[in-house]
Amino acid sequence: MPITPVVPPTSDSTDDQTQFDVSLRDVTHRFGDVVALDHLSFDVPRHQITVLLGPNGAGKTTAIRSITGALSPRAGSITTLGFDPRLDGDDVRPRCGVVSAKPALYDRLSGYDNLLYSAQLYSVPKADVDQRIQAAAARFGIDVALDHAVGGYSTGMKTRLALARSILHEPDLVLFDEPTSGLDPESAHAVLELIGDMSEAGRTVVMCTHLLAEAEGLADHIVVLEAGAALVCGSPTEITRRYWPGDMVRLDAEVPDQLDRIATWRGVVAFERQPGQPAEVHLDGIGRIPELVAGLAADGVRITRVEPHAPTLEDLYFAVRREARGDGLAPVVRGVVPTTTEKIGAGA
Amino acid sequence: MTAAAATPTSGRHTSVDAAPRRRPINMGRMWTVASTDLKQLIQARDYWVPMVALGAIFFLVVPTILLFTITHLGSVEIVSKISKTLEILPPEAQAKIRGTTPSGRTAYALAVFLFAPVAVVVPLTISTAVGAATLVGERERGTGEFLAHSPATTREIYIGKLIASLVPGYVTTVVGFGVYSLVVNLIAAGDVGGWFFPTGPWLILMFWVIPPFLAFTLSLVLRLSARVKSTAAAQQASGLVSLPLIMLAYSQSTGALFGTTISPWLVGALAWVIAIWSLSRGVRSVTRARLLGVANEV
Repeated sequence: MPITPVVPPTSDSTDDQTQFDVSLRDVTHRFGDVVALDHLSFDVPRHQITVLLGPNGAGKTTAIRSITGALSPRAGSITTLGFDPRLDGDDVRPRCGVVSAKPALYDRLSGYDNLLYSAQLYSVPKADVDQRIQAAAARFGIDVALDHAVGGYSTGMKTRLALARSILHEPDLVLFDEPTSGLDPESAHAVLELIGDMSEAGRTVVMCTHLLAEAEGLADHIVVLEAGAALVCGSPTEITRRYWPGDMVRLDAEVPDQLDRIATWRGVVAFERQPGQPAEVHLDGIGRIPELVAGLAADGVRITRVEPHAPTLEDLYFAVRREARGDGLAPVVRGVVPTTTEKIGAGA
Repeated sequence: MTAAAATPTSGRHTSVDAAPRRRPINMGRMWTVASTDLKQLIQARDYWVPMVALGAIFFLVVPTILLFTITHLGSVEIVSKISKTLEILPPEAQAKIRGTTPSGRTAYALAVFLFAPVAVVVPLTISTAVGAATLVGERERGTGEFLAHSPATTREIYIGKLIASLVPGYVTTVVGFGVYSLVVNLIAAGDVGGWFFPTGPWLILMFWVIPPFLAFTLSLVLRLSARVKSTAAAQQASGLVSLPLIMLAYSQSTGALFGTTISPWLVGALAWVIAIWSLSRGVRSVTRARLLGVANEV
């Protein structure tokens, strides 16, 4: 099945545009024969964290580079902070902060000099430079190492320094390209917390990653990319509802086959069970669980497990990619039964 | 945002074939790029120690040994043999040689004509080494990504890098030239008949001719540095574009440039015109895509 890009709403009204700090429409970019972006379209809502998810080579980095105007795709439309970065990059870049996958620091310079370089390039007022450097360094926990050459920093310290550098000029839009790459779990967690803080401070954040766990709980908005195209975009809840309209519960019994009867009960949106395995039941509401349990108990089914399950970002990601590749259908489609079917046997 | 800033497009689709709007060069940012590069050089002991050693060898050690040997050797035969080699100089140059003794005349000719290539080789070696690594080095270290996303324009980056490449070689040369002047006068002034160095043509060479030749060579080296895939490749290729300065060195050492009727002022003026033209063309070689290392974009 060919991948069909999911195009976000295309209203041109000013009201809609002002909600988004970044909008890409049908952006296509090639490196020689390689298509890096293929009619890519998505929006980045203001003051929220948008996570670009996708495997290596999906076009995440190219998308970030296009947003700041570091790369200039010929086809499609890009609006960043109200400007086309390809024409008015000089208006866009001073308002963006970027942390790339490699921290892109000058190893021979001290941490302070790295920050100073950025402050001067981004025209931070001279009177504020030292105070801002000290404050940013303290915030990211690298103030004690500011005088040391960056070549001696650990990977975690370099990432923290790159984060500090990215906000020194108080940008409106911050873009992170795999910011936890190469970090140990503790440092990665700390970095993600700092990114969350940036959003709470009113900045718009775009982060790309192939690590689903780091997007979980952090993303207000996700864009799943594959082969340079957006497979799906929206808030995790919104997209989850699109794939799993109801709540899900995992049920198991001493004799799992006995669970099949509930497939046609009222409130069961979808039912899935492999032979000898527990059942995954999609319901029209979590409140159906007591009814189900009572009905099964009344039928003499000895239930061994009742586990409500909220689909994770990982479930969502793989569902989206499976659907795009045509490898399988989204869970909601499997074993679908009419929601109006009355429960047989339990009399609910 | 300045008054010259563009109006937000509010999502309007704009022709992407249009060129980016050009802004005046921000001198502060340009100098920031240059000074930060220079700061890195200063902190790189493994770079500046050989640079100082090179200057010391060419401007101090070799001239001292040679001139001291000639003026204090006392062997008339050797001095006259060296003196004979000076006959390769054009008659106009030979006519300008001063000195009360054969060793004095030999010392004068060596100091004024034959050591001249030194004044060219030192800045050439140092500046091309810096220039060749400057842009491709940003890409290799990954710091090109930082510059590509930064507000610095490609013109500011190019000129900043040019300054950072030119300054170490030229400053070393000027300082070395001062040391060299002192050395040759201290050793040979007695035999020449008084302090004789620097001569007028040497001053013109140092402050009027070498800078544009160096700038021209660097404009070519920076173009290479922006295009090649590795610092090693840039170093190799920069050897070729150093030819203009090597020609200048030979011209001076044989007296063809400043021993003849060709006006050094004219040579310098021509060099400045060529350098400025080449620099203005060279700025196009720096693109954000090249800083990112994705220059084969379509």
